[in-house]
Amino acid sequence: MSKNSEFVKFDKVDKSYDGKVLVVKDLNLDISEGEFITMLGPSGSGKTTCLMMLAGFETPTNGEIYLDSNPISNIPPHKRGIGMVFQNYALFPHMTVYENLAFPLKVRKVSKDDIDKKVDKALSMVSLTGFENRMPGQLSGGQQQRVAVARALVFDPAVVLMDEPLGALDKNLRESMQYEIKHIHESIGVTVVYVTHDQGEALTMSNRIAVFNDGKVQQLSSPDKLYEEPVNSFVAEFIGENNTFQGEVSDISNGKCKVKLKEGEIVANPINVKSKGDKTTVSIRPERALINPSQKMDNNYKGKIEEVIYHGDHTRVRLNVLGNSDFILKVPNSSQNIDIKLGNTINISWNSTDARALDPK
Amino acid sequence: MSSETKQILTTDGIPLEVSLKKAEKKNKIKAFLLVAPLLLFLIITYIFPIGEMLFRSVDDRMVTNMLPKTFKAMEKWDGKELPPEEVFEAFYLDYKFLVEKKTFGKLATQLNYEKNGFKSILKKLQRKMKKFEQGNYKEQIMNVHKRWANVEYWRAIKRRAPDITYSKYLKAMDMYENEDGKISQVSEDRRVHRILWLRTLEIAFFVTILCFLMAYPIAHLLATLPMKYSNLLMICVLLPFWTSLLVRTASWMILLQQQGIVNDFFVWIGLVGEENRPEMMYNKTGTYVAMTQILLPFMVLPLYSVMKTISPSLMRAGKSLGGTPFVAFWKVYFPLTIPGIGAGCLLVFILAIGYYITPALVGGASGTLISNQIAFHMKSTLDWSFASAMGLMLLTGVLVIYWIYNKLVGVDNIKLG
Repeated sequence: MSKNSEFVKFDKVDKSYDGKVLVVKDLNLDISEGEFITMLGPSGSGKTTCLMMLAGFETPTNGEIYLDSNPISNIPPHKRGIGMVFQNYALFPHMTVYENLAFPLKVRKVSKDDIDKKVDKALSMVSLTGFENRMPGQLSGGQQQRVAVARALVFDPAVVLMDEPLGALDKNLRESMQYEIKHIHESIGVTVVYVTHDQGEALTMSNRIAVFNDGKVQQLSSPDKLYEEPVNSFVAEFIGENNTFQGEVSDISNGKCKVKLKEGEIVANPINVKSKGDKTTVSIRPERALINPSQKMDNNYKGKIEEVIYHGDHTRVRLNVLGNSDFILKVPNSSQNIDIKLGNTINISWNSTDARALDPK
Repeated sequence: MSSETKQILTTDGIPLEVSLKKAEKKNKIKAFLLVAPLLLFLIITYIFPIGEMLFRSVDDRMVTNMLPKTFKAMEKWDGKELPPEEVFEAFYLDYKFLVEKKTFGKLATQLNYEKNGFKSILKKLQRKMKKFEQGNYKEQIMNVHKRWANVEYWRAIKRRAPDITYSKYLKAMDMYENEDGKISQVSEDRRVHRILWLRTLEIAFFVTILCFLMAYPIAHLLATLPMKYSNLLMICVLLPFWTSLLVRTASWMILLQQQGIVNDFFVWIGLVGEENRPEMMYNKTGTYVAMTQILLPFMVLPLYSVMKTISPSLMRAGKSLGGTPFVAFWKVYFPLTIPGIGAGCLLVFILAIGYYITPALVGGASGTLISNQIAFHMKSTLDWSFASAMGLMLLTGVLVIYWIYNKLVGVDNIKLG
């Protein structure tokens, strides 16, 4: 069975609410069948609007959305057959768990026996067997969440949308639910479009992540690529931590560039810079900069320790390097070799491939 | 092992329960003092008047006190034939005393309630009594007017003997206790009250339905529109609420009268001819229109407060799960608004069955309600006990409706805002 790589397709979609500001600008996005794709971005970046357009609660101002090659802009939400998990679960408070799950089946005129079977199956999938007769109000937040997931899946939709479904849960529960949703997705192979502003959640669960900002997809790639190889400074900033240097390209050759800073010069990997004189932001992940490394690296500097924060498994060290006093280092607590004390000066190094020269901020 | 050995003590050795009570006592007194003014106010302005009303509606000591000797003499009389001489004599003495005290008019009024025709024969008796001779009062009284020789009039007096009577309640139901002490209906052409009760219930019922039908979409709009529009709409709902009831009713009179604006409009668009303008006032139509408009906010506000709490994502969930907009509304939204519907309907219905000013002004003869009848007896006939009886029946009706509502929907579900 070949999987359709354009199962959901946003084709040049624009969206504006007031005719003045575009919330979504020229969105082109292909989602393949069975994929878990996450729309990640700060609030107001247009990710929820995209989800609502897909669900049918908003219409694109321009462009078209295709589901399995059929344009769906003129199909009302109830005919799209898309399951949805809402931010606040949206369980029907006057119905029992069973009735909530049976609702999508009843409106589809499924026979009573089949409803019972499907509800049973869906509840066991989220390990809530035996809760059929509870009211949603009698369930904990995590249990309500599971019911909402089960309800969105019980009628075997082709696509399931999830709009920040874990936002209201506490940290531990959120993490365990992340795995649970991921496993459900893996076992039934449904296409999931997931919206969140929590990057940890996005990195843990997704096949691919679309980072939204300012109504546009800034980068669409797998979690590891997104983290290791951000294509612009917004993505580098938004995903994980990074240390930045503002500067100007002074030389570019052989896949390397020299960036002149206010104080000193560094060697970097040119990503968004083309020629000498370009302004740039150089981004380095904290864990890529090492203290007194054993192998040779092409960037070696001295830094003064300004702050030491103990984090249990690691220690965060804030340094002043090349005039940047916000340079963060993560030092594993197992390394006893270094003299990390406030005011000390230490040697730090990184490879130029890890210092990505991106667009200027 | 006695319970004392188990008793928990505080660090100072006082039993924990005693210590707790002592600590709580101050708070309890404080709480009571806080509500005491309201409690007192309620007792004075609500409980006491209602008790007084209940008492007044059944109190019948006035006649008993005015004719003490008569009723004593009547104790032995079986009521089948004309009473014996002693009764006539006692009645003469009682009445003479009342005439001297100049309070005989009240007796005439009271006995006339019981049986028509008492007023004139008592007046005649008062005039002729001056020339009465000692002894054989039966003969002399019977000679004053032939009604005094009719046993039914004497039975009517005897019926007023007990301290307590429920005759007012029977009267409000167009029934009376006849000469044989049996409850029977008054003649058909005099059955006014039952019509009024039924009309009151009918109008209250339909006004509630009309209010519900009009308020539901308004409340839904209010709850779902963006803030700037919903505020304006809210003011539109509340503005009539802030206007005097009398002014609003008067403006309906201007609109609805035969030469009024609505009729002018109908004639202008050619809906009706100039000669046969419909009567929209001084009948039920007027009462329906004006009462629905006036009571509408009482339906809108509870509905609005409930709808405001329903998350819009519930309707979306209903639709995304495959329900058509109607199914999503009927299965998801509507059931969640039931507490508001209950509260609104209960409120409007209870207000409507006791409504007074509007039906009095625009109702005419066919649009007045039981409350207008109560007011009529309070102000015109001064039969306060009858008015009290009808008032209490109205109150009982409201309590019954409340009880039924509680059984059907549950009072806990009411949401007034």
